[in-house]
Amino acid sequence: MTDTTALIRTEALGLIARKRLIAFGLPALILAYLAYVFVAFDLPGLAERARLDNARALVADSYSYKTHVTRDNRSGAVSIAIEGERKGTYPPDRPPAWVTRDGDRTTIDLGRGHVVQFTPDGLRYDVPGFGPIIATPSTARGVITNLGDDLPDWINRSKNRLAISTPAGRVSVTRNRTEVFRYFKGWELFFFTLDSPYHGHSLRQVAFGPRIDPARPNLVGAWADFWGNAMWHHADVAWAIFETILMAFLGTMGAALVALPLGFVAARNFTPVAGIRFGIRRVFDFLRGVDALIWTIVLARAFGPGPLTGALAILITDTGTFGKMFSEALENVDARQIEGVQSTGAPLVSRYRFGVIPQITPVLLSQTLYYLESNTRSATIIGAITGGGIGLLLTQAMITQKDWEEVSYYIILIIAMVMLMDWLSGLLRRRLITGAAR
Amino acid sequence: MAPPNGADMRRHYMDLTRRRRLYSGLALMVFVLLMSSGFVVADDRNAGGFWDGLHNIFDFPYQVVAEAGTKLDLLPAHLVHFCPALLETVNIAAVSTLVGGLAGLVLSLMSTRGLARFPRLIPLFRRAMDVMRAMPEIVIALVLIFVMGGGPVPAMIAIALHTAGALGKLFSEVNENADMKPLEGLESVGAGWMQRMMLGVMPQVAPNYLSYALLRFEINIRASAILGFVGAGGIGYELKNAMSWGQGKFDEAAAIFLLLFGAIVLFDQLSGRVRTRLTRGRVAR
Repeated sequence: MTDTTALIRTEALGLIARKRLIAFGLPALILAYLAYVFVAFDLPGLAERARLDNARALVADSYSYKTHVTRDNRSGAVSIAIEGERKGTYPPDRPPAWVTRDGDRTTIDLGRGHVVQFTPDGLRYDVPGFGPIIATPSTARGVITNLGDDLPDWINRSKNRLAISTPAGRVSVTRNRTEVFRYFKGWELFFFTLDSPYHGHSLRQVAFGPRIDPARPNLVGAWADFWGNAMWHHADVAWAIFETILMAFLGTMGAALVALPLGFVAARNFTPVAGIRFGIRRVFDFLRGVDALIWTIVLARAFGPGPLTGALAILITDTGTFGKMFSEALENVDARQIEGVQSTGAPLVSRYRFGVIPQITPVLLSQTLYYLESNTRSATIIGAITGGGIGLLLTQAMITQKDWEEVSYYIILIIAMVMLMDWLSGLLRRRLITGAAR
Repeated sequence: MAPPNGADMRRHYMDLTRRRRLYSGLALMVFVLLMSSGFVVADDRNAGGFWDGLHNIFDFPYQVVAEAGTKLDLLPAHLVHFCPALLETVNIAAVSTLVGGLAGLVLSLMSTRGLARFPRLIPLFRRAMDVMRAMPEIVIALVLIFVMGGGPVPAMIAIALHTAGALGKLFSEVNENADMKPLEGLESVGAGWMQRMMLGVMPQVAPNYLSYALLRFEINIRASAILGFVGAGGIGYELKNAMSWGQGKFDEAAAIFLLLFGAIVLFDQLSGRVRTRLTRGRVAR
C-alpha cells in the first residue's frame, strides 16, 4: 500500500517537474527565438529605413486631395487643376467658386480667413493672426519677401524658394512658378471628371431634374460618364475584379474536375495496384510542393501574362491539394452502399454514380467552395505577379507612388470582393449540403 | 378524396424524378457554359493564347534543366549560397505564425460567447477578424514596403495580420466546443479572467490550436516566398533576381526551385506527422 503511494508520489512529482519545465522553458524558447529574429531582421535598422513622410503622404492622400492653383511667373498664365493632373484641369472660364479672377489678379480663398492673392508682380497671403506675407519672385534676385529673419517653423525660406504650410493649405513660390494647394476631404472626381456636364450636380438633379446635357437623357449620360471616368476608370476596375474572380473560379472548378478522377486512382479501395497509387500520390505531392509561385512563373513563360496563366497556376496547384483530399474522402466511403447498388446488377458506372458520388458530394462541395473563397485571395496575389486582374491594378497604382487614393480604393474593393466571395461560398455550402449526410 | 393508388404514386414519382433530372441537367449546363465561356474570355484576355502556348509549356523548364545540367558542378555551391535566403523565408513564416497565432488566440477568446472578456465587443472583434482574413497579404506588404523599405519586416507584419484573422476564426470554433465546467470550477474559487483562460481553456484547446497553427505555418512558408518576389526579401527575392537576369542564371534559378520545393515538402511532411500525432493523442486520451 505504502509502496504504491510512494510510486504515485514520485510519478506525480516527475509530472509536475516536467510541467514546470515546459511552463518556463517554452516561453523562454519563444523569447530566445524572437530575440534572434530581432537581430536577424535588423529591426533596430528599420527606424532609419522607414520613410515616415511616405506614410504621411499615403494616409493624407487616402482621405483627402489637393487642388493646385499654379501661376507661371514668366507668362503670368494661371491654371487650376485637381492633383495637378491634366484630366482634372478646370476650364479657364469656369474656375471653382473659391477662386475669383479679375484681370491679372487672382484671389484664392483657402477658407478659415486665409486668403491668397496673385498680384501682377507676386503674391500676397493674408494669414489670420500673423499678417500679410508678400513675396515677389524675380529672375535676377530670387524670391524677395517682406519677412524678417525670425521665422516661425511653418515658413521655410531660402534664396530662391519660399514655402508656407498652414492648416488651410500650402503655398510655394519659386522664380518660375507660384503654386497654392488647397486640401479637400474625400476622393476627387470619383463620379464625374470636370469635362463631364454632370460634374457638380447632385444625385437628385441628375435623376429627377431637367435634362443637363441636351443630347442624351440624364441617367444614360450620367452612367456613361461615370463608367468611363478618365481618372478612376470604373469600367476597367470592374472588369479587373471580374477577371480576378474568373481566375479563382476557373482554377478551382477546373482543379476539382481534374482531381476527381485522379482521386479515384489514388484511393486504396478503388485502385488495388499499389504502384499506381503511389505514383499518382507523388504527383499530387509534386504539384502541391512546387507551389503556385513557381507554376505562375513557368506558365507565364509559355502563355504570357494574363488571367489564363493565373487560372492555370491555381488549377495545377489545387489539383494536388484536391487530389489528396478527394482520395482521402474516397477511402472513407462506406462499401456497403456500393455493394447494395452492385447487388441490383448495376454496371460499374452506375455503381460509382449511385454508390460513391452521393457519399462524397458533401465533402467535395464544401472543400471546393471553401477553396473558391481562398483562391480569390490567391488570384489577387498571382495577378500582381503575372499581370492580370485587380492585383495588377494595385501594383501599378503603387508603382506610380502618387495615386494613393486609388490604392485605398482598390484595397477596399479587394476586401469587399473577398468578403463577398466568403459570404457566397458559405451560403452555397449551407444550401447545397444541408439535406445531405450531415 | 380517393386514396392514391399505385399508378398515381408511380406517375408522381416519375414526375419528381424528371423534374429533378431537368434541374440537375440545367445546373450542369449552366456550369459547363460558365466554365467554357470563362475559359474563352480568359484566353482572350491573356497575352499569349492557350493553344499557341501549350506546346511551349515545357520550353522553360527544359531550358532551366538544360542550363543547370551543363553547370552541374556549380549546383552544390548555389544550394549553399541560397540557404540564408531560404532561412529568412522560413523565419518570416515562423515569426508571423507565432505572432499571428498569439494575436489570433487573444482575438478568438475575445470573440467567443461565454469566454469573452467584454461580451458587448464580440461583434467588433469578429468583424475585425473578417477584415484581417479578407486582406490578401500582398496588399499590406506592398503598402508597408513603401513605408518601411524592402526587407523581411513588412512581409512578416503582412502575413501575421492575415494569420491572426484566419487562426482567430479557427480558434474560436475550437473554443466553442470547449467544456465550460472547468471554467465554472475556477470561477467558484475566485479565479480572474486570465487565470480562467490559462488554466481552464488552454489545456483543452492547446492540441487543436497547435495543429491549426502548424497547418498555417505550411501556408505561410508559401506566402512568404511569394512576398519575397514583390520585394520583401528571402528566397522569393533571389528567385526574382535570377529570373529577371534570364538565360545565363537559370542554374541559380534551378537551385532556388530545388530549395523552395524541398523546404515546402519537408515542412509539409513534418507538420503532417506532428498533426496526426496531436489529433491521435487526443482521441486516445
